[in-house]
Amino acid sequence: MTFFSQAWAIVRKDLVTELRGASTIASMVLLGLLVVLVFSFGAEPGADSASLARSGVLWAAFLFSGVIAVGRSFAAEKEAGCLDGLLLCPVDRAVIFLGKFIGNLILVFATGVVILLFFTVVYNVSIGVGWLGLLLLLVLASVGLSTLGTLFAAVAAGVRARDALLTVFIFPLLVPLVIAAAHTSTLLLDGQGLGEAGLWPWLLVVYDVVFLAVSIMVFDFVVED
Amino acid sequence: MQSDQRGRGLATSALVILTFAAVLFALIAAFILAPREATMGDIQRLFYFHMPSAWIALGPAFTVVFGLSIAYLVTGKMVYDRWAGASAEIGVIFTTITLMTGPLWAKPVWGVYWDWEPRLTTTLVLWFIYVGYLLLRSIAGEGARRARLSAVYGIVGWIDVPIVFLSIWWWRTIHPRLLTGSGFQMDSRMFAALMVGLVAFTLLYLCLLVLRARTLTMEADLVGLRTRLRRLDRRGGGQ
Repeated sequence: MTFFSQAWAIVRKDLVTELRGASTIASMVLLGLLVVLVFSFGAEPGADSASLARSGVLWAAFLFSGVIAVGRSFAAEKEAGCLDGLLLCPVDRAVIFLGKFIGNLILVFATGVVILLFFTVVYNVSIGVGWLGLLLLLVLASVGLSTLGTLFAAVAAGVRARDALLTVFIFPLLVPLVIAAAHTSTLLLDGQGLGEAGLWPWLLVVYDVVFLAVSIMVFDFVVED
Repeated sequence: MQSDQRGRGLATSALVILTFAAVLFALIAAFILAPREATMGDIQRLFYFHMPSAWIALGPAFTVVFGLSIAYLVTGKMVYDRWAGASAEIGVIFTTITLMTGPLWAKPVWGVYWDWEPRLTTTLVLWFIYVGYLLLRSIAGEGARRARLSAVYGIVGWIDVPIVFLSIWWWRTIHPRLLTGSGFQMDSRMFAALMVGLVAFTLLYLCLLVLRARTLTMEADLVGLRTRLRRLDRRGGGQ
């Protein structure tokens, strides 16, 4: 089997497990929607959508639901010794990381789309021509969140830490991602194109590439036992 | 072995005495030798402690954690892990001092405790990252697993800091800023007091690092001895 078909086997396993049980994505989506809802109580009725976007509601919801997904992905492996079985597979550790990462990425992105749609409906935001840019932005943010999320979920699983600790570990590291994403989305929701966002999307690209590379390099040490 | 240990003990004592003298001199320089700042008054003297703490926090402390984390992952020697842990603990203390002295100075001078300025915000995020690092160390127990996991955190965290700074810097330059600049004309005696402070704090960092790492080594040795003793006890009881 080639590198990618090996990784794909892990992705498929995770997605099939998820679809049979569908517990993670349901709780992710619900939490994301709840965060949007709770934040709306703090805003002035009828406040303009751009200022709401700026307040980071969208990205707070995205972050909280994302942490659930990545936390579950390794906590579930820990049960019944699945992780040991996975590590015993005669494949490169980078393949295992990529497999878990892509599985998480799909969940995080899908939930992000649902949260974004809910956000636009309840805050009466018209996306208009900016939808392609928003999707691209969501992909970039999902990659960053899933990369560090997958790495630190493995770290947290190693010390049997709960989800709350995983949040403490990765939220400070995700600060650049949130700033860049919130800025770009504010511009896009104001009706401007991705080109107006200047260097912000590129900061996300650099962030994603740097941490994806670092994570692949150090993942071996996280699961080595 | 014996003389080697004694030599190290002497060097540590010398470092402690030197640090004590330097800190004492820094106190005298900050409170007596440096002139009273014309507009800010005595509150400006906080600067002689604030800036050296910030230097330790943003400069050596966590860079040492990063370097030693790589060294640990490459060699697998526990000594690197202990020194990294010691440096992170001290770094968090100096970051905390920086974050506390900053607002104390800012309130009378700027009129606010806090401004979302790049350096301040980055320091706050830095604090969160390394408190997370210490939290991981505290719950991960002992041994090689903790060393590996915290080394990974030490590497990722350090790489993140410049990106954090860059993002906050861009963020703040786009938005209008409430306050611009904190600079003031520095008298040569003020500059000298600052330099003395920098040297004293650097020595203090080294001194604390050596002492803390020594404590951690002793703790690890003690755990090893206890395990050996228990094993011997068991063997004795079985006969």
